[in-house]
Amino acid sequence: MANEDIALNSEQLLALYHMMVLIRRTEEQLARAHQMGLVPGPCHTYVGEEAIAAGVCANLREDDVVFSTHRGHGHALAKGVSPRAVAAELFGKATGCSQGRGGSMHLFAPEIGLMGTSGIVGPSILQGAGAGYSFKLLASDQVSVAFFGDGAVSNGAFHEGLNMAAIWDLPVIFVCEDNMYATEVAFRDATRVQDVAQRARVSYDMAAVRVDGNDVLAVHRAAEEAVARARAGGGPSLIDCKTYRARPHAEGMRDGGYRSAEEMQAWKERDPIAAHAAWLIEAGHAEAADLDAIEAQVNSTVDDAIEFARASPFPDPSTAADFIFGAGG
Amino acid sequence: MREITFTEAAREALTEQMALDPSIFVVGEGIGERGGNFNTTLGLYEKYGPMRLRDTPIVERGFVGMCAGAAMTGARPVVDFMIVDFILDSMGELLNQISKIQYMSSGRIKMPMVLRGCIGIGGAAATHHSGSYYPLFVHIPGFRVALPSNPYDAKGLLTTALTGDNPVLFLEHKLLLNRRGSVPEEAYKLPYGQAAVLREGSAATVVALAVMVPKVLQICDELAKDGLDIEVIDPRTLAPLDTTTILESVRKTGRLLIADETFGPCGIGAEISAQVMEQGFDDLDAPIARLNGAHTPTPYSPTLENAVIPDQAAITKAIRDLVAE
Ligand SMILES: Cc1ncc(C[n+]2csc(CCOP(=O)(O)OP(=O)(O)O)c2C)c(N)n1
Ligand SMILES: [Mg+2]
Repeated sequence: MANEDIALNSEQLLALYHMMVLIRRTEEQLARAHQMGLVPGPCHTYVGEEAIAAGVCANLREDDVVFSTHRGHGHALAKGVSPRAVAAELFGKATGCSQGRGGSMHLFAPEIGLMGTSGIVGPSILQGAGAGYSFKLLASDQVSVAFFGDGAVSNGAFHEGLNMAAIWDLPVIFVCEDNMYATEVAFRDATRVQDVAQRARVSYDMAAVRVDGNDVLAVHRAAEEAVARARAGGGPSLIDCKTYRARPHAEGMRDGGYRSAEEMQAWKERDPIAAHAAWLIEAGHAEAADLDAIEAQVNSTVDDAIEFARASPFPDPSTAADFIFGAGG
Repeated sequence: MREITFTEAAREALTEQMALDPSIFVVGEGIGERGGNFNTTLGLYEKYGPMRLRDTPIVERGFVGMCAGAAMTGARPVVDFMIVDFILDSMGELLNQISKIQYMSSGRIKMPMVLRGCIGIGGAAATHHSGSYYPLFVHIPGFRVALPSNPYDAKGLLTTALTGDNPVLFLEHKLLLNRRGSVPEEAYKLPYGQAAVLREGSAATVVALAVMVPKVLQICDELAKDGLDIEVIDPRTLAPLDTTTILESVRKTGRLLIADETFGPCGIGAEISAQVMEQGFDDLDAPIARLNGAHTPTPYSPTLENAVIPDQAAITKAIRDLVAE
């Protein structure tokens, strides 16, 4: 990896590693739990894309907000939701971060800025822009992040959301996770312009960069600039992260036919965690034993989370219609 | 008390609340310097500028979805659709996001948002500018739906909407906008889910919605001369719907007609009728009657347009038939 001028200290660099491993192990355990029938609904994992959530969210404060997608476990963990609360939610338990109302696609922890993952492709872009509008209206220096996949780029929400954020200079960071496929539809078949950053620049005059989404330091650096720009009143940015999902679209779905074994293998060799580990050692920020220690610590955290989820109670059926309305009118 | 128009009353509510709450902002097409196609924001841009009176491109889905994000993070958006038919471009954001987020977040996220616009048939506006659509929103859990029929209710219901935590459809029938009525100068809130009994009577109950309210009241004044005392109820809000007041009235009169300009199938009349059947069957002395506009897109030519709405003769006949049952 070509990351000469790294402004991060060893502790921060290891924290990125820690977060990526935490996401990976949580996802692997959730996938296993899904196979065992412990996750009653769908489960879209983030395996292979960990560098994006880790690299972006490391630049956020707790009061900054994130709007996420159906593939949002990684965003939730990186924003600070505990593995226990994520696992319990997927298990459908009362202790889940959405108290069992949401599952994999509806993770909420607004108290720490996770404003929701979503079962619908597109709205994260609009809602992310809207939070930016709020912060500008209320003269707050909070920023808003909208994650979305390549599948959302051809949706009207992309055009409408980016356009509004641009014309009103909203403090928003749009993060495109281009993993080359929307379910089984290849991005190259969905658009004439796969360079999403170019679209943002040309169509909306927005600051935009294209980065290797499997390089956590590249993502981190792009996000750092974008967050600083937004916080300083400099308006929105787009980060176009090129990446690849290592598992099927959702657990239990087939993964052949639409992508080749060679392609999958080539991306496996660009695994973001292995790459960062190798770089940390090579650059002298860690020794193999340090990384092993992180791994061991994460393993026990995730084991605990799964055990917590398993042992937690299901929600009380009498609460099924609670919280439809707030106060007043 | 001074008399002002429906539009002035609603604008007064917005003006008062914008002065009190800096998190309120309005989005829409022409609601900035222009003051709104229907004068909904007249004079406010000069006071509050573009961040709070936000003229938008023509992106109904976009700005509704954007306002969801704003409402979730401490602001209080008012979406001014001008004509409510335009809301249809944003249905995914409304039905799949805005109505569900308080619930999905277990009440931790609030969704204080007002969605306002003109409804109804009139003025040869034709089918893309004559819709009402409120049964769609009543069907979905998570919306409040206000349907004021007079200036007093317009101000009070909008004030409540602007101070609560919920997404509120505030629907303004275009033929009511210039009607005048007594309105207090100070701010006041009207509760949702509380119908108004506008006329007491014993021969039958008529539940009238929006523009049907003044029409029905006028007809009932005529019928009174023939000794027919009709009770007239304006639900004022459809979600929540005050079925208690309707049931009490039916207990007294034994007869019920629901007069609604919009479509019959799966409509408000069908809902009220089912609820009265379930909860007040023994009080009924006659089958419940519904009077609706024709189940058709709205045509342009005045002769056709008049043919799809219940006119004075149709309303009078419906009431007389009900009493004669
Ligand atoms: C509006 C909408 N249409 C269809 C779907 C079904 N769906 C779920 S995920 C998905 C593909 C999304 O692809 P992308 O945005 O690239 O995200 P990825 O799954 O690759 O992370 C589709 C079509 C949906 N959730 N929302
Ligand atoms: Mg994709």
